[in-house]
Amino acid sequence: MMLANFLGRLTWDALPQDPFAIGGSLMIIFASLTIVGLLTYFKKWKWLWSEWLTSLDPKKIGVMYIIVALAMLVRGFADVLMMRAQQALASGSNTGILDANHFQQVFSAHGTIMIFFVAMGLMFGIINLILPLQIGSRDVAFPFLNATSFWLFAAGMLLINASLMLGEFSAAGWLAYPPLSETQFSPGVGVDYWIWSLQIAGIGSLLSGVNFIVTILKMRAPGMNMMKMPMFAWSVLCSMSLVVFAFPILTVTLTLLFLDRYLGMHFFTAGMGGNAMMYVNLIWAWGHPEVYILALPAFGIYSEIVATFSRKRLFGYTSMVWALIAITVLSFSVWLHHFFTMGASANVNAFFGIMTAVIAVPTGVKIFNWLFTMFRGRIYFASPMLWFIGFVIIFTVGGVAGVMMSVPAIDYQVHNSLFLVAHFHMMIVGGVVFGFFAGLTYWFPKIFGFRLNERLGKYAFYCWFVGFLLAFIPLYILGLMGATRRLDHYDSSLGWQPLFIVAGIGALTIALGVAFQVLQLIVSIVQREKNRDVTGDPWNARTLEWSTTSPAPVYNFAVLPEVHDRDAFWATKQSDIKPTAIRYHDIMMPKNSSLGIIIAGFAFICGFALIWHIVWLAAIGLIGAIISVIIRTTDDDTEYRITAKEIEKIELAAAATRKIAV
Amino acid sequence: MSKKYKIAYLFTAVAGLIALTVWYLSKHTVAVLQPRGAIGEREYQLMIMLLFLSLIVVVPVFIMLFAFSWRYREGNKKAKYSPEFDHSRILETIWWLVPASLILVLSVIIWRTSYELDPYKPIASATKPLTIQVVAMEWKWLFIYPEQGIASVNYLEIPEKTPITFHITADAPMNSFWIPQLGGQMYAMPGMITRLNLVADQTGTYIGSSANISGRGFSDMNFKAAAKSETDFQKWAINTKINSLPLDSKSYAALAKPAIQKKPSTYNLAQDGLYYGVVMKYMHNHSTSSIDSSSLRNEKPKAEKPFMPSSHESMDHSSIHDMMEMHQ
Repeated sequence: MMLANFLGRLTWDALPQDPFAIGGSLMIIFASLTIVGLLTYFKKWKWLWSEWLTSLDPKKIGVMYIIVALAMLVRGFADVLMMRAQQALASGSNTGILDANHFQQVFSAHGTIMIFFVAMGLMFGIINLILPLQIGSRDVAFPFLNATSFWLFAAGMLLINASLMLGEFSAAGWLAYPPLSETQFSPGVGVDYWIWSLQIAGIGSLLSGVNFIVTILKMRAPGMNMMKMPMFAWSVLCSMSLVVFAFPILTVTLTLLFLDRYLGMHFFTAGMGGNAMMYVNLIWAWGHPEVYILALPAFGIYSEIVATFSRKRLFGYTSMVWALIAITVLSFSVWLHHFFTMGASANVNAFFGIMTAVIAVPTGVKIFNWLFTMFRGRIYFASPMLWFIGFVIIFTVGGVAGVMMSVPAIDYQVHNSLFLVAHFHMMIVGGVVFGFFAGLTYWFPKIFGFRLNERLGKYAFYCWFVGFLLAFIPLYILGLMGATRRLDHYDSSLGWQPLFIVAGIGALTIALGVAFQVLQLIVSIVQREKNRDVTGDPWNARTLEWSTTSPAPVYNFAVLPEVHDRDAFWATKQSDIKPTAIRYHDIMMPKNSSLGIIIAGFAFICGFALIWHIVWLAAIGLIGAIISVIIRTTDDDTEYRITAKEIEKIELAAAATRKIAV
Repeated sequence: MSKKYKIAYLFTAVAGLIALTVWYLSKHTVAVLQPRGAIGEREYQLMIMLLFLSLIVVVPVFIMLFAFSWRYREGNKKAKYSPEFDHSRILETIWWLVPASLILVLSVIIWRTSYELDPYKPIASATKPLTIQVVAMEWKWLFIYPEQGIASVNYLEIPEKTPITFHITADAPMNSFWIPQLGGQMYAMPGMITRLNLVADQTGTYIGSSANISGRGFSDMNFKAAAKSETDFQKWAINTKINSLPLDSKSYAALAKPAIQKKPSTYNLAQDGLYYGVVMKYMHNHSTSSIDSSSLRNEKPKAEKPFMPSSHESMDHSSIHDMMEMHQ
């Protein structure tokens, strides 16, 4: 009994019971043990700790974000395969491979993981890698905060995966609408896992948002005024502004749900004056901007890629900036379109419908500007450009469905159906994920010093593109046939099964694309000498990140560049002015710190303990995190000096291999 | 394989897929595109109109995408190359203004249809509307016919060409009440009543379901909605009244236990005000300041309201008695 209280609700029953959870857990354990084994065998622990885990270098933090996000992509994709298998099989009396509860856990985990730990992870990863380089800065504004953000993100990721091994995950969908997510209907720990993994990762996102806004506003290279900033930097500024306004809403909403569940309060319950509609409003007041938080940086990436691969200036820069700002502002005025069917009056629905339609204008402007960037260009179809073409096709088709659904009267007929599911996957995968893949391929040489294999990259794209259409066109049709989302089985007389099978084939085709991507990475690493980028500018690109060596040195730029043009590096390449003799100065860079990972470790402990109602452990986690923060604030010795001599040595060595004169 | 063959194969594959899809669709009911009620019909027309409206932007985008990709590919040295051509006041004005004017048109459509197809708006008709009270339960649909004094689970029968006003609530997590061939859906929420007005223009049996996840049995929250002739409906109502077990708060409690119900059942409504009791059950200890808002106008019954059948309900009830007597 004592022990039972001591460990809260954690008992042996929490261990996985069904074959899929056991299999998943074993895979995670096996993978972890393999990594631990390899690190020990090759004596790499110290290297891992001092070069990566405690590093405050945004380029390394970015790489870690992307590793986590890609691992989570595989996890989220395993969920996809289970869902598609279930729905392809479970027609009529066939119950498929999962029971209802497991199926619901799987789609809840899929949505949560793909948005928070894949899309967000890839986004923050790419921003970390590229943003400081692109604005000609040596670092982000708050390097330690940046590391802490990453580790909070990682802690959230660990918590959501712990739910596979201990207990269960939420079965209430990725947004956990009450009253279903309240203790009355979800008494288990699943929703608590959902709350705490998002809460911890969400705080990390909020801190990142602050960090990048300050970085962009305060740390641009001399001469780079706001209207000379690369479009990707603009998109990050807009996206991070949304983060700063939207994520506090998420934090509060999750806290209120937590109070309902733990302390029996009644913010969102069915009874005692609670109102679930309040939650639905709050979660979408965060949730809709979240879509644009992800989409805007992807738009920024496309802008860089189209200009680079068309060998032409980005068309309509000023229009593009205003379109971004318009989307940023408008994205806070459309949240109600996620629940036109909740009984609001005609004028409320009409207002939000119109605001939703209005967002199509700046988005359309962006598409036309990209197309006219291609106009009279010299388009080189490398794989990033293919992702862009695929994006325009899918995003436009998805956008038509989106404009349709902005009309409340049409939305009543397709809301919560598979039509809606097809629409938002086209926007988030076709719009956002394609952009991140394009960006990763494009910037990979800048980070690792060699290019990815192009042939395999193109195969991966074709599989993704064809698979994507195969997977989601049938869902549009199914939605129109009356198939609602999240069905674990359906009546055979409806005749839906063939379409679900086609969607399953589509998912398998995408899986083949993922396999090509993995293969591409392996082949590229093996053949890295062949694809080495010695110029620092493998694509003949336009912005500052390409003016330094590949991989970029820890200080990014030995001498901070001076900017006179929007396409700063392109202008330098075009001009005949030879650089004069360079004088190097000492550079101060942040020292490594282990406190980021420690703070996040305590946050993980706190979250885990709260999930299982282990009060004493939660207190330890919370107090530990606070003390760690205090310790960091008392540390004044946080920087180290790279002397001018060392820099000269590094630069000369780089110049020797680099085929351009310094 | 030469490029020509590749393109030929690609076209054959796409054409084959389209043909297969058309064949498939001809064999199945596409509920939203084959409406059987005035509301669904209007929503369907609106959908088609919007599709054509968006083609005004989509078609040029696709044409430009493929034309520019082809014309300005790196290998084509004949194409003009203007690397500094980076803005044009005229062009940019066009693509701010053309989409904006389309959206202006769309805004008018949105504004008008939001009123025209407001789910709360009663449908104009010479026929007297029928009120049906809907309770989303764990995990089944209960339909109460206060005027007929009957109830049914997972089976909805309505007279054709008669406007139906659904009063929707939930004794469960949030659900969404949807009969796609008749028209759009409406959320069902505990402690609240939302409304939906639909009409069936012809007899037939249509699928109905819950569109919002509500727990383990969610996928089985299906029902058949049968639109019958007025006389058939009256016959069914009377037969149900006579031949079914009573539904009162006791049998309701048994029904309310979370369970899937595959076979429909019918009841003789033996307790007036049962529906309001279900709505009010979430309101105990509810303070007087209700969260009633005028913009979100879901009706929240006032706590002070007694659980008494309204006068018109009892009147309807007696009229059914009259009919039964006539029938006998």
